[in-house]
Amino acid sequence: MTTQASRFDTALGLEAKRGPIVVVFKTLLYGGMVLVFTGPLWGLLVSAFSDTVNPTGFTLVPHSFTLKNFIEAGDRDVYHYLFNSFVVVGFGLLLQMVVSVFAAYALARKKFRGAAIVLLLMLVTMMLPEEVIIIPLSVVLADVPPFHANLIGSYLGMILPVGAWGFSILVMTEFMKEVPVELEEAARIDGAGELRIFATIILPLCRPALGVIGVFGFTMIWDQYLLPLVVGQEAGEWTIPIALRSLRSDEEVGIGVLLAASLLALLPSIIAFLAFQRQFMRGLTSGAIKG
Amino acid sequence: MTLTVSRDARHNAPQKRRPGKGRRHGSLVAWLFLSPALLLFFWFKFIPMFEGVRMSFYEVRPYLGDEWRGLSNYRTIVSDSAFTSAIWHSFILAIGTTAGSLIIGLVLALLIEGRARYLWFVRTAAFLPVVTTMAAVAEVWRIMYHPADNGLLNTIVGWLGIGPAPFLASEHSSLASIMGMGIWRGAPYDMMIFLAGLVGIDRTLYEAAAVDGATVWQRLWRVTLPALRPVFWILFTLAAIRGIRVFVEVYVLTNGGPNGSSEVLMTLIYKLGLQQGELGVAAAGSIVLFLATLTLTVVVQALRRRSTT
Repeated sequence: MTTQASRFDTALGLEAKRGPIVVVFKTLLYGGMVLVFTGPLWGLLVSAFSDTVNPTGFTLVPHSFTLKNFIEAGDRDVYHYLFNSFVVVGFGLLLQMVVSVFAAYALARKKFRGAAIVLLLMLVTMMLPEEVIIIPLSVVLADVPPFHANLIGSYLGMILPVGAWGFSILVMTEFMKEVPVELEEAARIDGAGELRIFATIILPLCRPALGVIGVFGFTMIWDQYLLPLVVGQEAGEWTIPIALRSLRSDEEVGIGVLLAASLLALLPSIIAFLAFQRQFMRGLTSGAIKG
Repeated sequence: MTLTVSRDARHNAPQKRRPGKGRRHGSLVAWLFLSPALLLFFWFKFIPMFEGVRMSFYEVRPYLGDEWRGLSNYRTIVSDSAFTSAIWHSFILAIGTTAGSLIIGLVLALLIEGRARYLWFVRTAAFLPVVTTMAAVAEVWRIMYHPADNGLLNTIVGWLGIGPAPFLASEHSSLASIMGMGIWRGAPYDMMIFLAGLVGIDRTLYEAAAVDGATVWQRLWRVTLPALRPVFWILFTLAAIRGIRVFVEVYVLTNGGPNGSSEVLMTLIYKLGLQQGELGVAAAGSIVLFLATLTLTVVVQALRRRSTT
């Protein structure tokens, strides 16, 4: 393959075209794209650090830099909501990754009766949108059978339902199938037990896949809305996406606090994406192609 | 789950007596490793699923005991004008957002294909909307859509010489405005998947087309787009299903208003079930939503199969 872009490298052959008109066209096109898709986010960043009170004061141009919005956000409990979000995403992701890795180990490395049914059940959960079961789930969470436990208003109510995710399990399963069986057999001959093989042979080799399910799980749990909306009954239990709505409807705070809180709600998933870009893209294509 | 394990072991035993012990041990380990996932799925997916089906036939009255209603909850949904218009809005929103995202995503993917470093940067930047938290971007768009003539989008529209648009504040444009944000967030996703599809196209086909004297347009129609067809169908199905069950965007941007003009199925279900306590009707609505997504998937798969054979 040549390093020079050839006119057969792309469908339109745009990359190989040269000349001043092409350069102008490309600059406008790519500049426009960046502006349209990042403009609103840039605007949020700028406005959150600006002295903004009136509801139309959303700007793309930095002016009068201030931290006032973030200080006022403290008075409105925004950092408490942020804390709640981090608790849910922290424990939720830990649970989700552990559960996925264990389930994937069984599906990828063990032959057993019923494997096909388990796989089918996983697909059913993926076909079943969470919106469809949110009403009955709210009833179940209020009185979990058979313990009669009430998880409404607790972190557990937001964490347990996201603990098992079909997508993560399938991505992990596909990856674990690739680990050569000889490694496992060698360890078994050396007398290594099941957990030991799992922890010292399989898991270390699956680190790239752990990155994929980690970053996807993080954005998935961070973006949860309906579940925390149903579980968090009182303000003290809200996560930050849920809290945004109440920050807006308050007349005296203006939009400054709302903007600061929105920025705080956005940043973690953007940072997670930028830090784990390669894993993200990998999971994206594998997820879409498998449906 | 223990029940399943013992039954499996019993089935295995007579078949292969000697290796049976290792096999039985293996499947016991497998079920142990699977048990956390299965338990969580059981409690928080399957129990709610069955509970939802049951609730849809009852008038649900906490502490009083549920009352059998037969199909009357479903009858309410079919006959109530609020429900029929919400279903219609969900449908329009899903199709509009899906089609817009697909077309724009495809065009952008074609324009941005290539290996140059700056293209990678543009791609990453354009992809940011996809990973953002929906509730937060929706707040941003709500502010940008401010109907006053000094709202951000109205300022930009003003430069083009078009009068201030009411966006979310009008019955006529609320649904289209929600669609606009949906496309903004959906198009880069589709773009990325199309790009992955474009990479997979055999380059010798392009060369062969050039040898045969095909123009770029002919090549696009005859080689590139047909090769992207499978990707297109996958994206269409995913996006349409996602579109039909849309909730957060609508809940944050308009909450169904003004005057019910952007009420979708999910916002109505949420209001009925969790704000007005009509759990039975809301459960029936959820079942209808599920059937809609299921029908959509099946129909698209059938169409796809017919178009490829």
